[in-house]
Amino acid sequence: MTRRLSIIVAIVSFGLVFASLVVGYTEQQTARPLAESYIRLVPQELGAPNVITGILLTYRAFDTLGEVAVLFMVAASVGLVLGKERQPRSGPLADRFDEVKPSSEIVQTGTQTLVPLISIFAAYIIMNGHLTAGGGFQGGAVIASGVLLMLLAYPQYQPGLEFLGITESVAGALFVLAGIAGLIVADGFLDNRILPLGQFGAFFSAGAIPVLSALLGIKVGCELSVILERFRP
Amino acid sequence: MISRIVLTTGFLLVLIGLWGVLTRRNILRIIIGFSLMGTGTHIVIVAIGYVTNGTAPIIDHALSLSEAASRAVDPIPSALAVTAIVIGMAVTAVMLAYAIRLYESKKTLSIDAFTESKW
Repeated sequence: MTRRLSIIVAIVSFGLVFASLVVGYTEQQTARPLAESYIRLVPQELGAPNVITGILLTYRAFDTLGEVAVLFMVAASVGLVLGKERQPRSGPLADRFDEVKPSSEIVQTGTQTLVPLISIFAAYIIMNGHLTAGGGFQGGAVIASGVLLMLLAYPQYQPGLEFLGITESVAGALFVLAGIAGLIVADGFLDNRILPLGQFGAFFSAGAIPVLSALLGIKVGCELSVILERFRP
Repeated sequence: MISRIVLTTGFLLVLIGLWGVLTRRNILRIIIGFSLMGTGTHIVIVAIGYVTNGTAPIIDHALSLSEAASRAVDPIPSALAVTAIVIGMAVTAVMLAYAIRLYESKKTLSIDAFTESKW
């Protein structure tokens, strides 16, 4: 009874706080000065049509680097929590799923058709991050969804963990190296103007942003795939 | 107007998530409650960045460079939402990993079975 009462009190007081926020909210009529300068500067200085990608991969790229570090930490901690001495995980992979019924032909054929398409779509999202909605994180998540489909359709499918780990480390190291190159050649850490800006709106434009997007996509895709593999029984 | 509706939806989702976290006894449902709270927060963040009659801040033939500053929404909350989504996913992954370990130790997902750390 006391617990129920305290829950009701907590939710009602949160609701009152939120209600006062909603009542006091007024829609912005014009962009704030900071937003306006971002919208003006990203196409002019960085040559990227997508303002959000410009913010994520140049002005606030240090945040993005921290985010990638968080993802790496999560992959490590999931491995730590789920890694060793779990009963069903022992023994070779083929034995573990010996008596498991294989997935039906519809699922298998669907997977074989969809996984290449998902991979192409992921590459498209990653490489067009500076032109339209998309980018490294989104594309990496799409890659991981393809890996998840493979794991569901073929329980014995084993993504090469060593390969994923090495690819991820190389992508992360190259990301940091591109940042340091920005310190030397351009104006600061992770500045995208280490490469020529190119023609505004072209596929190869916006300096290093497509390269950074690709590295980020590879890294996120590998990390999420490793996390998914850890969750397998 | 439209951003107020979105804002209210986001706050309602946060409240539903909070209610789920506080009242459910199954660990998986508690995790779903946390995810709902996170999603509600993302919606609130995006709603705050809305500018009246604004569109996505992507410069192309539909939004020319000269009118971008007056017709685009605030890009900063959108960029923060991308960060928040990734972190939310990471937190969910860690919570699910702990849920698996807790299930293995007691063979149940009910939070009532784990009394050792209760005070």
